Amino acid sequence: MDFGPHLMLAMLEGAVTAAILALTAMGLSVVFGVMRVVNVAHGEFYMLGAVIAWFVASTLGTHPAVGFVAALVIAPLLVGALAALIDITVLQRIGYDPERTIVATIGLLYILQQGTLMTFGPDARPVAPPFNTRLALPFVEWGENGLALYWPWGLSITSYKLFVTAAAAVILIALWLFMTRTRAGLIMRATQQDSAMARAFGIPVAKVYALVFGLGAALAAMGAVLVVPIQQAHYLMGGDPLLLSFIVVIIGGLGSLPGTVIAALLIGMSDGVISVFFSPTLAKILATLAVAMVLVFRPQGLLGKKPQ
Amino acid sequence: MNRKTLLTPDYSRRGALKTLGLGAGALAATTAMPGFVQAQSSAPIRIGFQVHRTGIGASYGRWYDRTSQAAVKRINDAGGINGRMVELVAEDDGTDPKRGAEVIEKFATQSNCDIAFGTLFSHVVIGSAPRAGELKLPYFVVSEGHHVASGMLNRYTLQPGITDVKSQVQAMAPFVAENLGKKVCMIFPDFAFGHDHRDYFAKAFEAQGGTVNALIAIPPTETSFTKYFPQIPRDTEVIYHVMTGPAVLTFVKELGEFFGPSRPELFGYIDSLEAVDMASPGLEFLEGSYMWEGNPRYAQADQTEYDKAYREAVGVDDNGASVSDARDVSTYAHMFGCWETLNVIKAGMEAADYQGPQDRAALIEAVEAMSDMPAGADHPQGAKVFNGKTHQVFGHQYISKVEDGRLNVVHTTSIEDTLYEDEVDYTTRSF
Repeated sequence: MDFGPHLMLAMLEGAVTAAILALTAMGLSVVFGVMRVVNVAHGEFYMLGAVIAWFVASTLGTHPAVGFVAALVIAPLLVGALAALIDITVLQRIGYDPERTIVATIGLLYILQQGTLMTFGPDARPVAPPFNTRLALPFVEWGENGLALYWPWGLSITSYKLFVTAAAAVILIALWLFMTRTRAGLIMRATQQDSAMARAFGIPVAKVYALVFGLGAALAAMGAVLVVPIQQAHYLMGGDPLLLSFIVVIIGGLGSLPGTVIAALLIGMSDGVISVFFSPTLAKILATLAVAMVLVFRPQGLLGKKPQ
Repeated sequence: MNRKTLLTPDYSRRGALKTLGLGAGALAATTAMPGFVQAQSSAPIRIGFQVHRTGIGASYGRWYDRTSQAAVKRINDAGGINGRMVELVAEDDGTDPKRGAEVIEKFATQSNCDIAFGTLFSHVVIGSAPRAGELKLPYFVVSEGHHVASGMLNRYTLQPGITDVKSQVQAMAPFVAENLGKKVCMIFPDFAFGHDHRDYFAKAFEAQGGTVNALIAIPPTETSFTKYFPQIPRDTEVIYHVMTGPAVLTFVKELGEFFGPSRPELFGYIDSLEAVDMASPGLEFLEGSYMWEGNPRYAQADQTEYDKAYREAVGVDDNGASVSDARDVSTYAHMFGCWETLNVIKAGMEAADYQGPQDRAALIEAVEAMSDMPAGADHPQGAKVFNGKTHQVFGHQYISKVEDGRLNVVHTTSIEDTLYEDEVDYTTRSF
């Protein structure tokens, strides 16, 4: 494949990765930003989203689009509710103590993963995309008659993959509007800045925490519902997104929403481009190296604020 | 009970001597007349069954389990082995080499298994076999890898029920070169099984006058594949694909999306689609492509009596899916190996007059002495030839074409096509 089309394909693939990653990492970032909680079970909420999407789509069994839309509503709601419940019954009881929270969420990771294995089973299961047309893409070249369009071999994307990137952008804009333009968002930001002061002003911090934890999990589940028609639901699928989300959140700055989006684009795109031109292993190596560099030279992340 | 009695030891020197004496007596009794004690045994023969219940091999594990249970039921219904019933002691290896070795150890030391039998994924077999050798536990694998016949393992590891990758690909190379094209790009998983494909197909194909123009190795846990496909060179005539794990459907779908209507010829190993419904959305583009099958998934027009009986015993319909759920597609091209291996174990135990663990070496010698295995109810996939020196069986291979979403056999190789020179003689190694 020529360099130009090759690069374009790499960037298209990278954009899909980045879109899903931005949603998943945003969930982790919101939870950390507001609650200062490191949620190791985040990847399992993602996996649950995919599994529930499969369940909803296969139970409805009508047109794929109906099942998909239903899953896009039901899966994040269910996963969010489960996460909120976990916050109330587990995390609140241990007082969000950092070490104990990490251990508790590791335990949660195994419970969710093995619970899924025992009920859903060990197989990968597909969800049909609501629509999926292959779009061959043209590229320009300098021919005999000046610039001309041609159709390189293999340069294509599917309509569904384009939809995923657009949908992720819409969801992220909605989240940003929610955080900055609504009263609920204001309360969350107040809790983030100073939870003791927020409590003094009568904000029910415990409730806010439960909602935020639910919101974080719901974002991961939404990412999973979007990805499951491309990949398949599988009980071990939560591992990679967890690792990448942590990488993104550390590079972007823990708790910084714009930083998370920028880092997700950076990591997603570089993963796409580097794994196409070199190897996927090298892409992972470089991402991890970037984390190390950020931790050494800019521990607060690209857009994170220095602790006061 | 008060504190004092709790602290006072309830043993004495006399008591200890008595126990020791009893133990020594019992030991002497068993060693003095082991034949007598063992010959009386009607306890079941315990076969430790290492199975991929979880992890990336789970779909294979589910069907290996169903096939093995059906084979054991048939053996028991016919009176068992040497008059004793057979019992499968199944243990999950998680498709993980470390866990695999632990499972072998558990069979030998805790669950009193006579032998171990199992599993598919080559990294698990390679991880487990050394432990089986150390524990002197016969280990019958159904793994396809070339690691048994290559001499990498040990005298206790045998593969009498399924052919190895080296012989499979060697038999495929002439067909690909004559019918599909001379320039092949190979896509394979980046672990032992995929490396067997890479090494032996490339060699056999070059001997046929073809060239392999690119090798694309994909990590076994990968979930998205489009990014690898630009490495496929423009002048490729045939894509040779073999993929395993839970993402196989994504792999084939994305391959189709990448090429669209103008694809090169495709030659795949059914591993890329084992346990996947051929009617899954996105697989239409495979129409007209070719696949290797270890055993034809769809009942063919010339189906044998024994394939019919075998399908019925395992619970598989004419489309290769479970009779109780048409969407639960089997791993038909591989799982026959479990059925056949268990029948080889039975034949070996009968030939060696196997009575207990002291006859393990005799069992291995009895299996090593086997050669021709005619097609029949014990070998429903077809006739086989076992090589006692390399511990590897050889048999027919099938090439099928996808027509109307169905796999129809277009070519069956001879056993001679699959033979190669011995690389090891395990019979010269000590027990």
